[in-house]
Amino acid sequence: MTTTVEDQGTGVDSGIAIGEPRPRPKQGPPVGRQTVADRVFRAVLRISGVFVLLVMLAVGIFLAFRAAEAIGAAGWSFLTTAAWDPDSGSFGIAAVLTGTILVALVAVFFAFPLAFGTALFISEYAPLRIKRPLITLVDLMAAVPSIVFGIWGFLLLQYSIAPVARWLSTYLGFIPIFRVDGADPADPLSPASVFTSSAFIAGIVVALMVTPIATSVMREVFTQAPPGEREGAYALGATKWGMVRSVVLPYGRGGVIGGTMLGLGRAMGETIAVYLILAPAFDLGFNILQNSGSGYTVSALIALRYGESTPFATSALFAAGLALFVLTLIINFAAGAIVARSRSGAGAEA
Amino acid sequence: MTTTDVNREALLEIALGSDPSNEPRTTVVNHDFSQAPPPKRAIAKMRLSDVLQLIGAAIASVSITAIVFNFLAPFDGIIGFVLVAYTLFLAVYALVVWQDEDATAVVDRLVAAVVTSLAAVLVGALVWVVSYVVINGIEALKHTNFYTEDMSNTGPLDPLDSGGVLHAIVGSMIMITIALVIVIPLGVTTAVFMNELPSRFSRFVRIVVEAMTALPSIIAGLFIYATFILILGLPKSGLAAAFAISVMMLPIIIRASDVVIRLVPGNLKEASYALGASQIRTAWHVTLPTARSGLMTAIILGTARGVGETSPVLLTAGFTQSLNTNPLDGPMISLPLAAFKFIGSSEETFKQRGFGAATVLLVLVLILFILARIVGGRGPGQLSNRQRRKAAAQSKRDYARMVDDDESPASPARVPLPVTSSPVSPSEGDTTS
Repeated sequence: MTTTVEDQGTGVDSGIAIGEPRPRPKQGPPVGRQTVADRVFRAVLRISGVFVLLVMLAVGIFLAFRAAEAIGAAGWSFLTTAAWDPDSGSFGIAAVLTGTILVALVAVFFAFPLAFGTALFISEYAPLRIKRPLITLVDLMAAVPSIVFGIWGFLLLQYSIAPVARWLSTYLGFIPIFRVDGADPADPLSPASVFTSSAFIAGIVVALMVTPIATSVMREVFTQAPPGEREGAYALGATKWGMVRSVVLPYGRGGVIGGTMLGLGRAMGETIAVYLILAPAFDLGFNILQNSGSGYTVSALIALRYGESTPFATSALFAAGLALFVLTLIINFAAGAIVARSRSGAGAEA
Repeated sequence: MTTTDVNREALLEIALGSDPSNEPRTTVVNHDFSQAPPPKRAIAKMRLSDVLQLIGAAIASVSITAIVFNFLAPFDGIIGFVLVAYTLFLAVYALVVWQDEDATAVVDRLVAAVVTSLAAVLVGALVWVVSYVVINGIEALKHTNFYTEDMSNTGPLDPLDSGGVLHAIVGSMIMITIALVIVIPLGVTTAVFMNELPSRFSRFVRIVVEAMTALPSIIAGLFIYATFILILGLPKSGLAAAFAISVMMLPIIIRASDVVIRLVPGNLKEASYALGASQIRTAWHVTLPTARSGLMTAIILGTARGVGETSPVLLTAGFTQSLNTNPLDGPMISLPLAAFKFIGSSEETFKQRGFGAATVLLVLVLILFILARIVGGRGPGQLSNRQRRKAAAQSKRDYARMVDDDESPASPARVPLPVTSSPVSPSEGDTTS
């Protein structure tokens, strides 16, 4: 090829003229010169993009398609029935969806203060020496397989947390969600098994799994708080907490909300730990401390019943999966939007 | 001084031959990228009295809790003790600080104590979980047969010196290898696609991929289960499990790679285009190498997620006690699934094998994580020492080549370098074609 620089430099396609300020050229590479290799390259990129899109859409469409049969048969009762017996026609996600949400809420109840405190500690309080190792540790925690947390919760935590659950039910049992049927506060030797396999325990285990992701989102927005304003707060005589409250927290509010919601979305999809801990129950219930006191979760339901032989039962599972997916999707997008908006103006790209 | 200025001066020097010794000299811009912003100064020093206040409050709270537990005892168990002691500690600490300071300072100290202890709780929880699993796994890990045998000849009552998790280790490796073979090329090219060819369509792809990161992994498993096993009638196999893991990993890796590639500075790419490089050359020689360490980190962390995932494998891989190296035929088991099945058993030896399998999995994930730390952790454009030396050597070679050019008879014509913006000669701009 014998294209010269002059040809390119004055061409309209490249949009770049040396020496005079122009509005920022439109994104993307110069369209002028396209070699054969370039065309092949672009074709390969497009093909892989289309292929990924097809696979991803296939999952979503297939999910909706297979779910349609069960939802069509059940109608609105799919949302209001608290039972799971598709082959006799009585099934609905009222119990499992509330179960999923209860476990996720318990998880967020514990994960939020942990993540908030850890993120604040890393960004504001930690000595420089332990800051990097701590960040690495939190990242490492995110990579620990869920089965490890599941084993710990299933074999250890269930029994060591039982006294706390007993105390809560004895003294706060008048609040509906802490009520435990079948536990007798007057009898110190009443069996502890009524306090195991509860949404409370599953929620604590899931909390440890979602804390790292929430922590890293929060930490990132906290550290982006403008240093000038921090120093301004100190110069006005603020204590450290005064500075954090008046500069870092308002600045990072979007990240705190977004990170928490991201954790909530993750918590709803957790399967294996919940499957190990929770006892299968398909009745609508809100007693989070009680064994089988609240519903099973959607993901654990799928893991439990996927082997069912009839196509209709599988379709019902797909319907439950679709409901879960839609829920996590809404939460994730909302979280993403909140985090993205909170960062606008900060950390602008060079 | 910007990089461009340095380069121009170097070029001028080369062209004009201002250096009398005529020694080969080259200017390698040697920024130390590791210390971009100046470190924050520690503005709050702990005084001796602060430390004493903390220790005193801690001792007082533990003592009071011990008394309360002996006489009143609304709680039992270690967790209850810690909860009560901690609440008392905060109260006592507030009282002690209040002796010397005003309310603002008391709140400040209390918040610092709470924030620090929350971080400590998180670290403590991680250590508790991991050490519980590892300590219980040691018993199984001591036997070498744990790594060299499968479970096909082991009955439910056999001791730990029979049987192992070889079949699960091999299964995990086969599944993740197949998944990576699918995911890495597809994921990275898609991420490049979203960055190199921005259009309405590629934005749509990006939105769909971001939506799919919300997909619970069990649903990825259910999808493969319904399509491959129920509709196509294929048996449960390692391949089906690898596909399920791929569906789960693909959005994660695409999104992480997309973020990394987007961070490649635009002026690097523009410089490449300005030198006349085509799009594929720019992508291959500028964009991807610049983002390499970030891409590796994205892939390795995605691999760690994929290796540790149980639920998609549970639905698609089936269950087997014996070693199976053929992913196309017959059930295959992975490490997390093996740990899951062992733990559900009521036999003590099986539980120990479950702990052992989980420990092996943890070690595997830890190795991947350390690997990711070694290759990654640097932003795009930040070079390791080795890469910096390589770049310096390259620019020395370039310099030598240019000196040779300059000594050719035609060189005087080119001496005035573009101080004003007169274009360079065509022969220089055409090096890539």
